[in-house]
Amino acid sequence: MKLYLKIWRQKDANSKGAMVDYTLNGVESDMSFLEMLDILNEELISKGEEPVEFDHDCREGICGTCSLMINGRPHGPDSRITVCQLHMRSFNDGDEIVIEPWRATAFPVIKDLIVDRTAFDRIQQAGGYISVNTSGRPVDANAIPIEKDMADKSFNAATCIGCGACVAACKNASAMLFTSAKVSQFALLPQGQVEAAERVQNMVRQMDLEGFGNCTNTGACEVECPKGISLENIARMNREYLSASVKG
Amino acid sequence: MGILDSKAPSGPLADKWTKHKNEIDLVNPANKRNIDVIVVGTGLAGGSAAATLAELGYNVKTFCYQDSPRRAHSIAAQGGVNAAKNYQGDGDSVYRLFYDTIKGGDYRSREANVYRLAEVSTNIIDQCVAQGVPFAREYGGLLDNRSFGGVLVSRTFYAKGQTGQQLLLGAYAAMNRQIQRGKIKSYTRHEMLDLVLVDGKARGIIARNLVTGEIERHSAHAVVLATGGYGNLFFLSTYCMGANVMAAWRAHRRGAYFANPCFTQIHPTCIPVSGDHQSKLTLMSESLRNDGRIWVPKRLEDAQAIREGKLKPTQLAEEERDYYLERRYPAFGNLVPRDVASRAAKERCDAGFGVNKTGEAVYLDFASAIMRYGKEKALTSGMKDPDEKTIRQLGEEVVEAKYGNLFQMYEKIVDENPYKTPMKIYPAVHYTMGGLWVDYNLQTTIPGCYAAGEANFSDHGANRLGASALMQGLADGYFVLPYTIGDYLSDDIRTGPISTDSPEFEEAEVAVRDRIQKLMSGRGIHSVDYYHKKLGKIMWNKCGMSRNAKELKEAIKEIAELRKDFWENVKIPGTLDSKNQELEKAGRVADFLELGELFAKDALERNESCGGHFREEYQTKEGEALRDDENFKFVSAWEYVGDPSASKLHKEDLVYENIELKTRSYK
Repeated sequence: MKLYLKIWRQKDANSKGAMVDYTLNGVESDMSFLEMLDILNEELISKGEEPVEFDHDCREGICGTCSLMINGRPHGPDSRITVCQLHMRSFNDGDEIVIEPWRATAFPVIKDLIVDRTAFDRIQQAGGYISVNTSGRPVDANAIPIEKDMADKSFNAATCIGCGACVAACKNASAMLFTSAKVSQFALLPQGQVEAAERVQNMVRQMDLEGFGNCTNTGACEVECPKGISLENIARMNREYLSASVKG
Repeated sequence: MGILDSKAPSGPLADKWTKHKNEIDLVNPANKRNIDVIVVGTGLAGGSAAATLAELGYNVKTFCYQDSPRRAHSIAAQGGVNAAKNYQGDGDSVYRLFYDTIKGGDYRSREANVYRLAEVSTNIIDQCVAQGVPFAREYGGLLDNRSFGGVLVSRTFYAKGQTGQQLLLGAYAAMNRQIQRGKIKSYTRHEMLDLVLVDGKARGIIARNLVTGEIERHSAHAVVLATGGYGNLFFLSTYCMGANVMAAWRAHRRGAYFANPCFTQIHPTCIPVSGDHQSKLTLMSESLRNDGRIWVPKRLEDAQAIREGKLKPTQLAEEERDYYLERRYPAFGNLVPRDVASRAAKERCDAGFGVNKTGEAVYLDFASAIMRYGKEKALTSGMKDPDEKTIRQLGEEVVEAKYGNLFQMYEKIVDENPYKTPMKIYPAVHYTMGGLWVDYNLQTTIPGCYAAGEANFSDHGANRLGASALMQGLADGYFVLPYTIGDYLSDDIRTGPISTDSPEFEEAEVAVRDRIQKLMSGRGIHSVDYYHKKLGKIMWNKCGMSRNAKELKEAIKEIAELRKDFWENVKIPGTLDSKNQELEKAGRVADFLELGELFAKDALERNESCGGHFREEYQTKEGEALRDDENFKFVSAWEYVGDPSASKLHKEDLVYENIELKTRSYK
């Protein structure tokens, strides 16, 4: 098939960017979206032009590196997948495809379609852990029985891949879904209780410091999340935050 | 030819590790604050090592090429992590895990290391649960287990099909805690381009900031390489796109021996190649072989009709199918080790029974598991006389709960529903057992340079068992390296900070800059990927699932020619002082083009078949691997001398004091 691509090009963080048009022939429906971009880049290199830079690594939907806004939707038109799992069978011959980086103040563009998501790391550093020493000898794993339902819910929250689609989808560029997923993972487990109050307060403080916007419960994040992280997590984080504030 | 000393402690097998820990030198907590350690790579091994070293008090710097430590490819491991907990009461023990691992590795790994691995495996589960890793649980609230290939017990702990993700995020969280305490400084989007030796000891690295292109010097008292495996030299593999051998290869060029490079794991259950445009292959977890049955049609004409789209697999009756693993290996059936399952698939496809357009695919079928689980679920739900449709639906729900994300992944890629029609799978490059040679302390042949996880060679011999990579990464990082490294660092308590202004750092930085300049000066027309794909084809065709002397010799010659062409002609656009993904790729492929040649040489000189290394000249009448313990019961550790095919061989003789060497049989 033949595609008309409009792609955001930006030399570096300090340069001004612009949309650039490319026409691409010979795209097959069983190619992945990123393989389509590989072909475009091969063409650009052969013409002596600089290829389009985009983040990607595992290409199987788990590392959370790829991060493209495709026709206004994070990770493109299909649901519950990342860009690397999107295949060209979701498009038709003659389609125009607009490809942009995540747009958020807290995610500055590094080059072309690559953004800086270290703000997410700093939120995790503020409290996304249980303070047990790895060098110690903790109790036997089965000494802490955990109700299957709670373990499953904790697991579901823990499957967040930190890609940032939730922020990109949100009109306020809020990071509530991302932050609440980690808060929930530990809030649902007995191991997480000891530091629960401190954790939620520190993580929320860091999230605000990074310049993410506020949550207005529109739910766009949940719709676009490739891992289906539920809005319930935001509600749970709000409860955790409130109860932590009351406790002081 | 030299003989290598593994430094494995003497004494009874079960006491070696405890004895060793009691005897090695320690660094007191106050002195640890004056000692710096660099950890390159932040996957399971690097992340867990960095966190533990920082917690012990060392000043740690971590480096990863990804934008966050959380993205290392350990995250993609699906099936599980082994541990000899014997929670199922099915006769498991530390000894049995040790034995299975040695046997699975076809008797080419070091007894003392493997026993230690089995011994600390139980700590891993305790540690991860304490950290809040949400493993799968039974209704009673206790941890659940499943089975993996090559074993007869259920010792694999898992978190649906995302075990690697959950374990990596656990290590990442432990790292984050130390970053917040100021004990780890994390450098992301940085790549190690060289190792710096001062007075023969590893004292730092040269790294490139991948965003700005700046070349940086970083010093430390010791350097840990936890940079994963080198399977991407095949171009198509289940590795992430950025996986590379650069750190290990740079260390090799500086004096670290490279062990058993030809021991590569080809994983039997991957989604088959669909076309020339393909950039990577996707694994379908081995855990699927718990419930999936592998087959091809019995009759050639049925296979042909399927390939032509005239026949559907679901139309073939039971007796028209060849469940070839169950037929050839009745004791282990579909759960034979990976090397055995991969070769068996290739054998059927080479004989003309392949079931996709290219003839390189076999079926992995869940129909009988769906019906079995459905019946069980119906009974436990109190249904008296459920119809087939209800049973099927209940069964699909059970299978979805177990493998839902894998089935979804398959459907998105292939556009077929694996609940209704069997999956098509084929072997693909997945893991490398070979790597930097290390002694019992995980130290390479360069003092102060350590290697952990997949980057070293130590535990899996010629074939790795499923769910053992996560186990080894975390064992090395959490429980082994942080202690053994103290023995070396105890000599450094009075050294003080290492300066980066020495001639050694200067020499290394100049060499790195020259190399980048040289890469950028190519005048040809072909991109980096062009050369990488060519290398991949040579590797897959001549150094892949089966190898012979003639083709290995050809591969050595072809790779050397390709490398020459690459250095003269590779075309890299952009500049060297900015973000430049083509330049990043070029540096990695340049090293693969050297490693590939050594790989082929190693395979050529190992005149036996063992584990993942199958030499066509050495097989039994039934087509099974024919090992030669008399002549090849050793680790091949190669010393770099300038030209990969001229590398010098050093041997580490493998001594089996506790296990009797046998012909591996899964029949």
